[in-house]
Amino acid sequence: MKLNDLTTHAGEWLRGSGPLSDIVISSRVRLARNVGGFPFLARCTRSQRQALETKIRGAIFAANVAPRLLYVDLEQAPDLDRQLLVERHLISKQHKDAEGARGVAIGENESVSIMANEEDHLRIQVMRSGLQLEEAWQEITGIDDRLESSLDFSFHPRFGYLTACPTNVGTGIRVSVMLHLPALKLTGEIEKVYRAARDMKLAVRGLYGEGTEATGDFYQISNQTTLGRAEEEIISEFRRQVIPKIIDFEQHARRALISEKTVALDDTVCRALGILRSARLLKSEETLFLLSHVRMGVNLGRVKDVDINKINELFLLTRPAHLQKILGKRMDGDIRRAARADFIRARLNGN
Amino acid sequence: MKCERCNKPATVHLTEIQAGKQIVKHLCEQCATQNDALVPKTHAPINELLTNFVLAHSGLQKEGTAVCEHCGITWSEFRQSGLLGCEHDYTAFDKELSPLMQRAHDNGTHHVGKTPLRRSTSGGAQDASARKQVDLARLRRELAKAVETEDYERAAKLRDQIKEAEGA
Repeated sequence: MKLNDLTTHAGEWLRGSGPLSDIVISSRVRLARNVGGFPFLARCTRSQRQALETKIRGAIFAANVAPRLLYVDLEQAPDLDRQLLVERHLISKQHKDAEGARGVAIGENESVSIMANEEDHLRIQVMRSGLQLEEAWQEITGIDDRLESSLDFSFHPRFGYLTACPTNVGTGIRVSVMLHLPALKLTGEIEKVYRAARDMKLAVRGLYGEGTEATGDFYQISNQTTLGRAEEEIISEFRRQVIPKIIDFEQHARRALISEKTVALDDTVCRALGILRSARLLKSEETLFLLSHVRMGVNLGRVKDVDINKINELFLLTRPAHLQKILGKRMDGDIRRAARADFIRARLNGN
Repeated sequence: MKCERCNKPATVHLTEIQAGKQIVKHLCEQCATQNDALVPKTHAPINELLTNFVLAHSGLQKEGTAVCEHCGITWSEFRQSGLLGCEHDYTAFDKELSPLMQRAHDNGTHHVGKTPLRRSTSGGAQDASARKQVDLARLRRELAKAVETEDYERAAKLRDQIKEAEGA
């Protein structure tokens, strides 16, 4: 598999399939692990960092974590490729911008990615479309076991898996569910989600994780506590309490929009679709919000002549690095905005 | 007894050792305070004295000066970056980290959950005991939960499991 093979379609997590996929975009589980005997990355020398990267890369291939694994050396990879990986949620922004020996291993359908030398020596991630947290956990714990057969992970009887930041210590797990909540946003009730999350000690983040805004009405809910609670406990709480509650809020808001504000709802959806089908210059963020409204409209049956898969794909393919990779040239400013608008028009009017 | 310097009653009795010889002085309060050599020069506030005393006896050093001998990171360096230097920091900064971690983890203090299946650097026996501790912590939590939800049948089962695990 080559990196360029990824650009033409949406990743596993944005397939728009899977349970409750009209609201739950994706389920993600990640584990933070460090290799015993090496300092954490902040204190690694150049050569230790290099040695770690080689060791981890070898272990990933030896463990056969996924078929047709692609390993990207991020120290060598061009800017645009690294940005592309961020847009696909395969690496963090921090990993893209870091310096020194580091990389990422990506499984064939992009559901598995393992970052080497991020904040921790290893950041293992499994992503699934829709609400599939248990499945993601089963897969990731198996990968963790296989990696452990050739790597010695730092572990402390009281503190569990040791991590560079004490906020990840213990299980080293972060469970995140990406939700599409346009109706709560439109009805001004999104505060409900923040309140519910706060009560349950969960974090609410934007599309690209830590420190990002909730663009395109996408919200990521994730756990913050990693010490003193078992992995299955956290996952089960998400599956049975947290996510159903938020889905319920959103469904309620959607029903209210349909029954009480039908014309306003249709106007929002059709206006968004009209802009996407006609505009000549489109900004990246604006596009996400327009697509968000159309996505909701299709899911609610308010527009019938648009393929939901096309909309799901456009969320990704219109991001800056994707657009430039697909069109095979570097662009910025109005040239890129024009190219984005052309690309979207061609896709949507081809229906 | 009267003061050696004036004739007021002596209330301060000092015993000094100078060059191996014991010298006993009896002074009144006034003469004692006038005599610099006899009173402590610094008047440290009581809380500072106490803090130093507690720190000296707890093996802890003053905020920021604690250092990990493995990676050389100091506590204040960690506080600036938020990132630790190596796995040994959890032991080196145990006392400083514990309250921070408790706050960050909703009062969680002990690991509950997965443990590594295999660790070649430490002995197998140590691993087994680490796993047992984690299992016990999990069972105790489940027991507390069962009692809370009044699921006494499950609580009884868990209690037996805990007994068994403790005895093993």
